[in-house]
Amino acid sequence: MSLKLEDIPFEEGVQKGIENDFMRQAVSGAQGRFRAGRLKQAQELGNWEDWRKLGEEIRTHTVNHIDFYLHQLSEQVEKRGGHVYFAETAEEANSYIKQVIQTKNAKKIVKSKSMVTEEIGLNDALAETGTEVVESDLGEWILQLEGDHPSHIVTPALHKNKEQIRKTFAQKRGYTGSSEPEELAAFARKQLRSDFLQADVGITGCNFAIAESGTITLVTNEGNADMVWTVPDTLITVMGMERIVPTWEEMEVLVGLLTRSAVGQKLTSYITAYTGCREEDEIDGPNDYHLVIVDNGRSNALGTEFQAALHCIRCGSCINVCPVYRHIGGHAYNSVYPGPIGAVLTPVLDGYDDHKDLPYASSLCGACTEACPVRIPLHEMLVLHRQKIVENGDTPFAEKMMMKGVGMWGGSPFVYKMSTKLAHSALKPWTKDETIENGPGPLKAWTAVRNLAAPPKQSFRSWFENRKKDGEN
Amino acid sequence: MKVSLFITCISDIMFPNVGKNTVEILERLGCEVDFPTLQTCCGQPAYNSGYLEEAKGSMKQMIRAFKDAEYVVGPSGSCVGMIREYPHVFKGDSEWEKPAQELAAKTFELTQFIVDVLGVKDVGSTFKGKVTYHPSCHMTRILGVKDAPKILLQNVKGIEFVELPSGEDCCGFGGTFSVKKPEISAEMVKEKSRHVTETGAEYLVGGDMGCLMNIGGRMQREGKNVKVIHISEILNTHN
Ligand code: SF4
Repeated sequence: MSLKLEDIPFEEGVQKGIENDFMRQAVSGAQGRFRAGRLKQAQELGNWEDWRKLGEEIRTHTVNHIDFYLHQLSEQVEKRGGHVYFAETAEEANSYIKQVIQTKNAKKIVKSKSMVTEEIGLNDALAETGTEVVESDLGEWILQLEGDHPSHIVTPALHKNKEQIRKTFAQKRGYTGSSEPEELAAFARKQLRSDFLQADVGITGCNFAIAESGTITLVTNEGNADMVWTVPDTLITVMGMERIVPTWEEMEVLVGLLTRSAVGQKLTSYITAYTGCREEDEIDGPNDYHLVIVDNGRSNALGTEFQAALHCIRCGSCINVCPVYRHIGGHAYNSVYPGPIGAVLTPVLDGYDDHKDLPYASSLCGACTEACPVRIPLHEMLVLHRQKIVENGDTPFAEKMMMKGVGMWGGSPFVYKMSTKLAHSALKPWTKDETIENGPGPLKAWTAVRNLAAPPKQSFRSWFENRKKDGEN
Repeated sequence: MKVSLFITCISDIMFPNVGKNTVEILERLGCEVDFPTLQTCCGQPAYNSGYLEEAKGSMKQMIRAFKDAEYVVGPSGSCVGMIREYPHVFKGDSEWEKPAQELAAKTFELTQFIVDVLGVKDVGSTFKGKVTYHPSCHMTRILGVKDAPKILLQNVKGIEFVELPSGEDCCGFGGTFSVKKPEISAEMVKEKSRHVTETGAEYLVGGDMGCLMNIGGRMQREGKNVKVIHISEILNTHN
């Protein structure tokens, strides 16, 4: 199961993104709002850097002891009548879930937003069973109606504007109202309400599973996760194996970092928490509960220099500050996980073959690293990926040769000095008025959109040498 | 105070005036400036492209070149940032880790050195014109130098300083990124050029020639009249 969305070359996706003015406007506006919100929240909270360090510590500790905490979690869930299934691959996870659905003879499934189910391609797998699956997160529902993919891990329909959404509702569900967000939301709410009441099975993702109590917690602004876990008789949680915290105390720290970083809110409107099966004195919740813990390549990162990628709490703030994402949009990454975290995580989970461009889709500006609430050194991990690709010998031949040259040049003061003498004449044929407008070889890509200042006759070192001589005379 | 100039390959070959201005400023502030001629490039082009071994060759050469220096000062946040990363690159290397640490500890970016080490906030220059400043990514995020350049600029006599909107956004240079993913880089520099134009500034200044070469090249291509210059030029002007 590849994390790829479409079978097209990377450059094609980039071009599609760049040419999509609607999307770029929507993304740029949203980035501005999210960024301002996050900075305001960080300032209000105070000591933001200390909170980030605490977040990093919690994540590091938890992932370092992930076996212990997963064991504790599964014991607690089983104690509360739940079944726990460890899926090594996407296929294993999907077939377990399909089996549950088939045993229940389910007609309708409601889901709350979950990136891991996107990752394992659960909806496609469920389509084979003939069961109707309804996404209940508003953004996800819009995309489901359109057959589109999320372009952001927190706000999946970020690339859509309200007019596009009105059209989709009109075409797919006979909506006749305006493109006012309130009216659109009210319409969706009404439509989804009947789905909730009819569903036999609910499926949610998981923001933080609490190991000490076996509780699954979720943050939403729509409260849909509450409907998903309370109404249907059968409930399935799908979680990436690293989505875990030791106790409620750490959850409290991380959830504050998450909501502030994700959407610039102190807390989201709803924090949903449920534990195992319904108990006798409880009036809602499932009678049958399954927790599916997904590895799907995550173990690849354990004990390696990529382990910190598992610290991610999926807040999306690295995406919200990324200038590359702003210009090309989420789909251009051609992975379930877009943006800086996507560029880091996707090759870890899924290898380089399908995603070899991702580590290069960054200017290494470090805005992501600066924004990450759990201090994942994202841009450094992109360099690490590049190192792996070089080690594997998978870079283009011309680049290898050029870099060999660069290595010799930087490693030898003699060769380097020669280059300072030759640069001017070497580029002379392309130089006019001290400017190069149409450069040769690798400079072509540069001069396609910008001029290049030509190297002057005298390098700095030769000036300094002469100056010293003059001084001595 | 003795200062060894780390010119950076880009200024050595392409923008020698940056070096000249840097030398003159430092001398005016009472430093004795020398230029270790064995220096080459900080290794960043190879390092950021994932060519670790090739990068290490450069890095070792830089460590050798500045072995005896008291202070190393360079007119680039990005290249100095790279040198500050050397200890991380050579971590666990019994031969090179220690010298890498020594070099990193004594290497400073020009404005950082003036403000933090020399304790000077006004270099006594005069410059007439409307100026905006691009805080380059590596200068601010990797090296952590945010205030020093602005402090120095704001104390220049005659200057009219305006903030650059969305200044913290990358200009799209990114070294080899600009030629490896040129379509994306192009959109980023176009946006930066738009922001610079919005300020109405006559001059765009910055502390990294890579970024300035990118923004300047784009603005020139667009026929914009903004002069793009390194901060050392303003700090060394007395008109
Ligand atoms: S990498 Fe950091 S900033 Fe990006 S989504 Fe994960 S936690 Fe958030």
